[in-house]
Amino acid sequence: MITLYIFIFLPFIFALLVPFLYKHLNRRAHTGWFVLLVPLSIFIYLVRYIPDVASGATFEYTLSWIPTFGINITSYIDGLGLLFGLLITGVGSLVIIYSIFYMSKVREALHNFYIYLLMFMGAMLGLVFSDHLLVLYGFWELTSVSSFLLIAYWYERKGSRQGALKAMMITVFGGFGMLAGFIMLIMMGDTYSIREIIANIDVIQGHALFIPALLCILLGAFTKSAQFPFGIWLPDAMEAPTPVSSYLHSATMVKAGIYLVARMTPVFGGSPVWFWLVAGIGLITLLYGSLTALRQTDLKALLAYSTISQLGLIMSLLGIGSLAVYFGPGESGTVFTVATFAALFHLFNHSTFKGSLFMVVGIIDHETGRRDIRYLGGLMQVMPITFTIALVGGLSMAGLPPFNGFLSKEMFFAAVNDVSQAGIFGLSKIGMLFPIIAWVASIFTFVYCMIFIFKTFGGVYRPEKLTRKVHEAPLGMLISPIILGLLVVFIFFFPNVLGKYILTPALTSILPMMPFTPYDVKISAWHGLNLELLMTFGVIAIGFILFKTAKRWIHIVRSYPQGLMLNHWYNQGVSGTERLSASLTNRYMTGSLRHYLIYIFSFFVLLLLGSLLLFHGIQFDFSNNAAISIYDIGLVIAMIIASLTVLLASNRILAIVALGALGYMVSMFFVIFRAPDLALTQMVVETVTTVLFLLCFYHLPKLKKSIDRIPFKLTNLIISVAMGLTVTLLALAANGHKLFEPITAFFENAYELAGAKNIVNAILVDFRGFDTMLEISVLTIAGLGVYILVHQRSKRREQRETE
Amino acid sequence: MKPNDVILRSVTRVAAVIILTFSIYLFMNGHHHPGGGFIGGLSTASAIVLLYLSFGIEKVRENIRTDFKKLAAIGVLIAIGTGTASVLFGKPFLTQTFGHVDLPIFGDTELASALIFDTGVALAVIGTAVNIILSISEDR
Repeated sequence: MITLYIFIFLPFIFALLVPFLYKHLNRRAHTGWFVLLVPLSIFIYLVRYIPDVASGATFEYTLSWIPTFGINITSYIDGLGLLFGLLITGVGSLVIIYSIFYMSKVREALHNFYIYLLMFMGAMLGLVFSDHLLVLYGFWELTSVSSFLLIAYWYERKGSRQGALKAMMITVFGGFGMLAGFIMLIMMGDTYSIREIIANIDVIQGHALFIPALLCILLGAFTKSAQFPFGIWLPDAMEAPTPVSSYLHSATMVKAGIYLVARMTPVFGGSPVWFWLVAGIGLITLLYGSLTALRQTDLKALLAYSTISQLGLIMSLLGIGSLAVYFGPGESGTVFTVATFAALFHLFNHSTFKGSLFMVVGIIDHETGRRDIRYLGGLMQVMPITFTIALVGGLSMAGLPPFNGFLSKEMFFAAVNDVSQAGIFGLSKIGMLFPIIAWVASIFTFVYCMIFIFKTFGGVYRPEKLTRKVHEAPLGMLISPIILGLLVVFIFFFPNVLGKYILTPALTSILPMMPFTPYDVKISAWHGLNLELLMTFGVIAIGFILFKTAKRWIHIVRSYPQGLMLNHWYNQGVSGTERLSASLTNRYMTGSLRHYLIYIFSFFVLLLLGSLLLFHGIQFDFSNNAAISIYDIGLVIAMIIASLTVLLASNRILAIVALGALGYMVSMFFVIFRAPDLALTQMVVETVTTVLFLLCFYHLPKLKKSIDRIPFKLTNLIISVAMGLTVTLLALAANGHKLFEPITAFFENAYELAGAKNIVNAILVDFRGFDTMLEISVLTIAGLGVYILVHQRSKRREQRETE
Repeated sequence: MKPNDVILRSVTRVAAVIILTFSIYLFMNGHHHPGGGFIGGLSTASAIVLLYLSFGIEKVRENIRTDFKKLAAIGVLIAIGTGTASVLFGKPFLTQTFGHVDLPIFGDTELASALIFDTGVALAVIGTAVNIILSISEDR
């Protein structure tokens, strides 16, 4: 069905139109109004799929791209894809409405903003609906690129550029890892399709590449979803405009990693490595994020760390849920199915409340000009609506009733309690850590939510510390957070509507092997006085005490040494790598030609001599050699003397003359070996070169002209002797190994073939005339080169004299 | 004071003619005996250089009004041209041919298209050699 492709590619197509709309219509209407049509129409289109998908149907469409290599854009709509698609377009619409009022029509380059945003939206949609691994990877990188562009939207700020670069480096690093993992997966399953891989699961699980593929894919998922220790890019990405932070860094992009883990659960779930990495790293991220969020004074940074922490929560739930694959259908399997359900539920909830919280921060920033809680306070009476939204979002994040965060947090506690009882994968020993870490992290979460709400809105109103005159935000800016806030409350009261129509089909696609009917999983706000509820009471009680006494202990958290921060290590790592490569390059790229020649010759010797020795290439066969005459011996001796003279001469004239003598002796060799053409040419050419050498000698600069013999250096001697030895050995060995008859016999027919008695000339002009043609071209180019070099120089000299 | 080089100039007048003749001999002879375009061109260049040496650049330039850069380029063009010509006859690039023709004065003579190619070589060599030497000697 082509309409699906139209809707997936609609953002890209519309992005092409944005500049025209901006240029011609921006004065009359904010460009965002036109852009709003895109996510809204896709949202409505996707909503139409809900009933079908809820009843268990899936849809698949294929568009050929590179059919020869089996690369097709296969779109596949199932519960999981639909859940993400609705989030992307739904939150996308709200964010665009918000951005219409947030981004100034006059001051901002809106066309850039909306093009990047649409690009991101399209990439994200493509990502979640792809069934083809390579196409999925393509969209994955496109989200990285467009997010890079969005973070650096205010590119004149240094922080934006640095944040964008960091996000790019880390996510692309993970992306490459993921590509490697995908390729291994493709090799194992011999197909590009995720569903076919899941169907062939038996082949894959015993394969040697199973664990490497698992690790590589998780690397991609963890970097994208800001898991420990790759989460450091997310706080820096807060330099982006707030609508971007709200959309990318809370609701969509950071959940691409979650999506990937969920998508791959049927493949890798059930393996202990997968469980420990996903659940373990998720829990560590949860604790780390919630603890670090306490340290923040900047509201956006606080929300960034809270996002990291909540993503860790979802990740650990997915890890726990993967145990269902291990247990299979049955009672224990069903228990862990609920964990996966909780992950999806919290994923949805997090998008709603975190989106609204970011928008609230944007409003505060927009209206007060401040984002730092040390300057803010008492905004409750000035901005009552904003406060209400912040309260709803914040309490939901803290996990209090009557908000949806409470439900998912209860389910989270239930899951960690269950997993501590699972008794496999070594859980019987350290399984108790799961509920403890989860509980401690929830306390911290509660505390930073309280800080977020009450340090900003409670306390004393100090207008003198704020840069603008504060008043309630315009209605347009409030629409989106109000809708999200209403959703937060609505889901608390009617969670099963969402559960039945959206989350259960998504669950089916994560755990296809579980034979549960839809509507199996029920969410209930009150499920008796059990351990989970007691834990929540504990969280509230201890969290409240901690919040009230925050002044006494918060400095302990804040004085955490800078040197132990992950960011510090990252920066050290980057600058260390730069320094290392600079020093390495400076060490061997000295700029001295002598050194480069040493490298070249050493490698030449090592490679040739090494391979000669290795493959036993040094075998001499002198049986076909001609007899050596007395002239040969005499000439060779004379040549040796001339060469030594060149090397040992104490002045250059002597060296030049000795070189000339060497050349004439070569021409004598040509005479002896009956090559009259060569002898003639060699003689003339030798004369000319000797004259040119003399010319060069005559023009040597007077300064620093030292008349010395060549200074002795042992390395040079060794290398030159080795080089000579190599060439000699090679020539002697090659001489004994004539594999084929030479083709001279053909050229001996020169008179019949070319009408020439001089074979050399016939070869030069007739048989191999092409070489000659190019040689004279070389000669001409050399002549022109000399002409140009000389004349350029004299022209420059003339200019200097006239000046 | 201008040096008295009467002997040099007188000898040059004779020697240049001999060298030029010899170089034409080398050039024409190349097909059957040692010689050819390259060595013929170089010896022609040596004759021209000898003229420069004994009479000075200005005087020779007045008499030989040839741009040697262009000469070299023409040589390369001739060489490429012979290659292209064979293509026009439907043969591969640079196919040479030869034949025996009965000319009025020379009698039975062998004419080879390779000679035209060799002419290109010779011109390129002459042009380049003289050009290099002239460029360097003018660089004062």
